[in-house]
Amino acid sequence: MNTTDTLWVILSAALVLFMTPGLALFYGGMVRSKNVLAIMMNSLAAMAVVTVIWVAIAGSLSFGDDLGGGLLGNLSLAGLAHIPSSLPGLSGVHASSLSVLLYQMMFAIITAALISGGTTDRIKFSSFVVLISIWTVAVYAPLAHWVFSPNGWLAQRGVLDFAGGTVVEINSGFSTLAVVLVLGPRKGWPRDSMTPHSVPLSLLGLGILWFGWLGFNGGSSLAMNDVAVSAVLNTQLAAAAGLIGWLIYERTTEHYATTLGAASGGVAGMVAITPCAGFVQPYAALIIGLIAGLACAKAVRMKFKLGIDDSLDVLGVHGVGGVIGMVLLGLFATKSINPAGADGLLQGGGFALLADELLAILVTASFAFGVTWLIAQAISKTIGLRVSEEDELKGLDLTQHAESAYSGGGSGRFSS
Amino acid sequence: MELKLITAIIKPFKIDDVKAGLKAIGVDGLTVTEVHGFGRQRGHTEVYRGAEYEIDFVPKLKLEIITSANQVDEIVNALVASASTGSIGDGKIWVSPLETVVRVRTDERGSDAI
Repeated sequence: MNTTDTLWVILSAALVLFMTPGLALFYGGMVRSKNVLAIMMNSLAAMAVVTVIWVAIAGSLSFGDDLGGGLLGNLSLAGLAHIPSSLPGLSGVHASSLSVLLYQMMFAIITAALISGGTTDRIKFSSFVVLISIWTVAVYAPLAHWVFSPNGWLAQRGVLDFAGGTVVEINSGFSTLAVVLVLGPRKGWPRDSMTPHSVPLSLLGLGILWFGWLGFNGGSSLAMNDVAVSAVLNTQLAAAAGLIGWLIYERTTEHYATTLGAASGGVAGMVAITPCAGFVQPYAALIIGLIAGLACAKAVRMKFKLGIDDSLDVLGVHGVGGVIGMVLLGLFATKSINPAGADGLLQGGGFALLADELLAILVTASFAFGVTWLIAQAISKTIGLRVSEEDELKGLDLTQHAESAYSGGGSGRFSS
Repeated sequence: MELKLITAIIKPFKIDDVKAGLKAIGVDGLTVTEVHGFGRQRGHTEVYRGAEYEIDFVPKLKLEIITSANQVDEIVNALVASASTGSIGDGKIWVSPLETVVRVRTDERGSDAI
């Protein structure tokens, strides 16, 4: 075991964990004040529930010995009781095996929490907890095994995904779409005014996400080396370019550069660089971030035409941004940054990598959508997925959690 | 003495000017409430991730002043002078008759309670 590598991975684990409360703020600011606690509670629930499920079983299904065909890990790591000195397929990693599993746990947490961005304002708290519990085992773990474990079938084919363009981004986007289609739109959407109740809260959330994302991508090298430094630099560049791209879109089509647009563009850039971070040159990170900022700004405006109330744009930012990142990785990947990677189409590597990336996009999107849709349907037909219309009007803070976020807000109290 | 209630709707940023104008003519009681409403001044549009929202209800302050009838004109003139910007949305003032006024601490009634 290499202590420096282990230190970097544990530090990165802390950075990635911090992203989930950051997400809670980012999302919390964008909903109405009657639902802010409920959506933050979804992130808190993910931090607790997914942690337990990951240690019990999901970590092993993701990184345990392959059951065959690269489809799923076995239960050799269940309970994280017996940890080999190197994880199956990861003999080249010198960070401690337990630190890698700890780090990967944080990815599962935030991916589950992301779903709340689509389901907010109407999903029952209990049903959300059941949903992400089953989903972590049935959707997240298989995808993590396919892509993140070198024994997974997509990794074996040569698919590159540095930090989760598929497992985290495309997965969360299309899983959210599935739940949203089962849930239906919020009552009154899109006619009623559903403006963010606190944009500053969202901007603070973005700051925390940005900070944590440096470890999200940087730590994915699993070693304190040049690839890690490239990944951190590329994350910063893509965030900056994404922010600029989104604002260019807004200024040229709608005349205003909005602060929420700037924050969203930063996220879009970081989403797209996630699969690419340790594989591309700095100039490519700028191009990837800029394209993601422009494209995601366009994408989030299409839900109104499609009539899909993906409330905080999980599909439009994470789904679309993830697809853009995976496609552009097929163009810009270069072994000059990462000898363990591959050369993309524009780096003289031909179409092979691009074809693999496109396959990974299709597989991830359809698997995430299909299985999550089945889970959401099963919950909807048994314990129910959605709160009553009356509870939805009163707000989920009061009806799900018996609290209100701001004193006097809707509860009839007076300050003295 | 006859009592009157003067109610004024003003632009929020004018409150300090109005307060100074009223103090200058000896008004020593004022109640302010934050309100929303619309008049001939139109609201505005807000845009969040491309979704445009028409915000029709504009934030205003509502002032309530209790006075004896002989001071009404002076107070209204001071309000107009201090709250006016000359642009649309400056607000409204209306005066209504008041049955009685009671000071809670002393139980004084009528103009003694002002």
